[in-house]
Amino acid sequence: MKIIKIDKKEWEQGLDKSRKEYHLFGAVKDKDYYLIQALGDKVYPDMESSDTILSPKSVIFPQTEKMLTANLDEAQDNHHIMERVETDYSPRAVLGIKPYDAKAFKILQLNFDTEEFKDPYFCDAYAATTLVGLAVNNPGQFDFSTSVDTGPFDETDLDVLLIDTGNEYLAKVITDKGENFISKCGFDNQTDEKNALETISKLKKKAEKAIVSTVSHDKLNGKTILELYNAPFWDDIAFSCINCGTCTYVCPTCWCFDIQDETKDKSCIRFRNWDTCMSRLFTEHASGHNPREGKTQRVRQRFMHKLKYFPDKYDQGLMCVGCGRCVKHCPVNIDIREICEQMNS
Amino acid sequence: MHTYTEKIQNLAKDVLKQGKAEMVIGFKQGTIPMAANPFVAKNENDADNLIWSSTCGLNLANYLPGIKKCEGKIGIIAKGCDSRNIVTHIVENKIDREKLYIIGLPCTGMVDKKQIALLFDDEITQFSEEGNTLIVKSETKEEKINKQEYLRSNCKTCTHRNPVIYDELVSDLVEEQIIEDQFADVKKIEAMSSEEKWDFFDKLTEDCIRCYACRNACPLCYCPTCFVDESGPQWVGKGQNTDDIKTFHYLRAYHCAGRCTDCGACEEACPMDIKVRNFTRKLNKDSLELFNWEAGLDISQRPPLDTYQPDDPDDFIM
Amino acid sequence: MENPYRPYPVRIDDIEIATEDKSLKTFKFVFLNKEDEEKFSYQAGQFAELSIPGIGEIPIGIASSPVEKGFVKFTVFKTGVVTSHLHNMQVGDIMGIRGPLGNWYPWETLENKNILIIGGGFAFTTLRSSIIYMLDPANRAKFKNIDVVYGARSPGMLLYRDELYEWEKRDDINMHITVDGTDDPNWNYHTGFVPQITEDFGPKADKDTYAIVCGPPIMIKFTQPVLEKLGYSDDQVIMSLENRMKCGIGMCGRCNIGKELVCKDGPVFTLKEINLTPKEY
Repeated sequence: MKIIKIDKKEWEQGLDKSRKEYHLFGAVKDKDYYLIQALGDKVYPDMESSDTILSPKSVIFPQTEKMLTANLDEAQDNHHIMERVETDYSPRAVLGIKPYDAKAFKILQLNFDTEEFKDPYFCDAYAATTLVGLAVNNPGQFDFSTSVDTGPFDETDLDVLLIDTGNEYLAKVITDKGENFISKCGFDNQTDEKNALETISKLKKKAEKAIVSTVSHDKLNGKTILELYNAPFWDDIAFSCINCGTCTYVCPTCWCFDIQDETKDKSCIRFRNWDTCMSRLFTEHASGHNPREGKTQRVRQRFMHKLKYFPDKYDQGLMCVGCGRCVKHCPVNIDIREICEQMNS
Repeated sequence: MHTYTEKIQNLAKDVLKQGKAEMVIGFKQGTIPMAANPFVAKNENDADNLIWSSTCGLNLANYLPGIKKCEGKIGIIAKGCDSRNIVTHIVENKIDREKLYIIGLPCTGMVDKKQIALLFDDEITQFSEEGNTLIVKSETKEEKINKQEYLRSNCKTCTHRNPVIYDELVSDLVEEQIIEDQFADVKKIEAMSSEEKWDFFDKLTEDCIRCYACRNACPLCYCPTCFVDESGPQWVGKGQNTDDIKTFHYLRAYHCAGRCTDCGACEEACPMDIKVRNFTRKLNKDSLELFNWEAGLDISQRPPLDTYQPDDPDDFIM
Repeated sequence: MENPYRPYPVRIDDIEIATEDKSLKTFKFVFLNKEDEEKFSYQAGQFAELSIPGIGEIPIGIASSPVEKGFVKFTVFKTGVVTSHLHNMQVGDIMGIRGPLGNWYPWETLENKNILIIGGGFAFTTLRSSIIYMLDPANRAKFKNIDVVYGARSPGMLLYRDELYEWEKRDDINMHITVDGTDDPNWNYHTGFVPQITEDFGPKADKDTYAIVCGPPIMIKFTQPVLEKLGYSDDQVIMSLENRMKCGIGMCGRCNIGKELVCKDGPVFTLKEINLTPKEY
């Protein structure tokens, strides 16, 4: 384990050095709020930023992503034969990602990188990405990450964990990818490990203690799918839902997508878009039959997927990292914490 | 607690007890500060959960078409704009007047949650109101602010705070605002050059994530299949192409022409803080200027795009 | 890394109108690259995504059988955007096929068993694949009695009519062909709904008998109690489900019934398994 001390005054210079090899991503203030963006020249991530509205999942799993393309001109030899779209998978680094947002990529990986099939778009982007996390010293009131097997200092899916100690960052170098990034930045002020770990441990305890929001899910495993599915509360929970896609789009662990084709002149592309289980179209058969016709069924699907189907299928905890974005941004205030408690009771 | 809360609870209890309605649609306290959760009270106990506050910014008329199982009447708490959308529902045959028991709520405006949040560097942890004073707290500071200064922009220009249709009222009617220039914002855009307008609208929609919260929060948007969801023919592409995104916003606005009550639910619901009323406001202005029309004031009047008069203005037709 | 979204290029080799109302057509495809045909090695009961560049994809059960080499066949009902486009395509056109996808009928379990196949309407495609597979001289000895109940609205709506009538003449398969009704005085087969014909002519269950059921929801609904009456337990009833799909490889998230993904964990489930999941299909 290597711990590097980075003087905040040298942070931006270091990032500039890394740009030779890496495309940088980070939180940037846009209008009145923060978004994760590709950082142009001389643009630096706002490390003091509050949560971005959308999670950083788009860096690896963009909302719209080209997959395949074909030439439709019958005069050409290869017409109507689909080939993968060329995409730049040179190294990229996400700066200041919240540790639990990074953990969400491990959850997405369970879906996209399986024994039978590998989604090459996700896998290539994930492999190209270095995740430079920033420990959350002051968790917000919506953060319930410690209730769902992650937390403000979780290192599970980070390559580097930065800890803000005031005038400097302590950078815990976790993986080879992290090592490469830190060295490309020219940060090499290795510090005494024992002292640093003590400082980090103190801050971590303080942060975890500051988390006010919790949710219990210990009894979910003991209930059957049908017991929860047929529970009496779904109609009441779903009443206020307007079936927009906000919860699913802001969520770092929602992975569902749609595939669409578009043509222009004599060429076509096949691309995917984030999709949402809140939409009626999501499950509508061509015949018009819809197994999740009503909004109760759709709302139930979202929570059952996150809190029961996923845990049962993968045995890797909930499909939620407790970031609180859906709680904060739901236009009608449907709160996953409340629903989880109801399911758990 | 807002002074209306207790009155709403008592009225709702009475309505449910007397069987004047089978359910009452209102709001209950949200789980986070400045949030209110649309809620249906089906019995007197439920009615204890009903609340009112200046954060009840969604339009409850939006929930009426979705209620399928109700033998008796549906009770609904309706502020001015909600009541105008109820009128629109009645005019457009979405629901029968006879089916409704409307508890009218003279409104003093809803607050702009996003503006208030900008007063703080950290998260708001508490929100309460005493008359015209809003008390907002975070971990690091407390602000007492004047509600009138933090009204949503649609509430600032509202001239129909009182419900236009009701069976009962929560309180005495409130004084309506006199607005000197109701469409100053629209005129600013009208004065722009074509290039400036393009630029303005491009910037306006650039962060749209197509979650359709604006559409789904809107009581007017009840089409069984919205044109953006239609697949045969597919009118609009489904990706994050900016032309497709703009097509959605422009066409949706036109579909609301002469029907929009400027209730502000679309902007309230938008997670990306896109000011989508910039589209509908222009059409409201045109409706007023060309047809002397404001939507949802009278159940006996058809909206202007629904009728033809030989003397309809036609100067805009080339 | 193999890209599971990239379809194998194929050429339409033959198009046959499958039903008298022309709403179903059977498409025969040949692979442009011989090695793709080898990669597309499938079992009866699997499906594939028919992939038309610029239009989209549609999941369809494979109607040809693993024992038929050199081509693959799909019978497609014209209903949505992609299938309507496909119905207008011509022999010689180039498109794609992605697969094989999903699981298949449990052929290992079914060895040395009596098999009752029950099909209705358009849902006979993977059942055809299965029958051809079982009747193949190399495989027939692996199975005991084979009974097939297959029904459609009218004689002209039966799929694969020529084959049905051929099988009817054989003594190693018991065919119970039926139509809801017909005014054809020469109709030599049954008249009546599939559940009734199953009750009257289907074999009673013993521990060595399995039923494979594929058909419209209404047929399935009324066939289930009949199978129960005939003594079939829920794990002896095998069904193939359909749901809206996009990716076909268990990633896009829409086709689930509970935690099972119809495209990857299915489409074939036993009734016992289905009974443990929400009925969202």
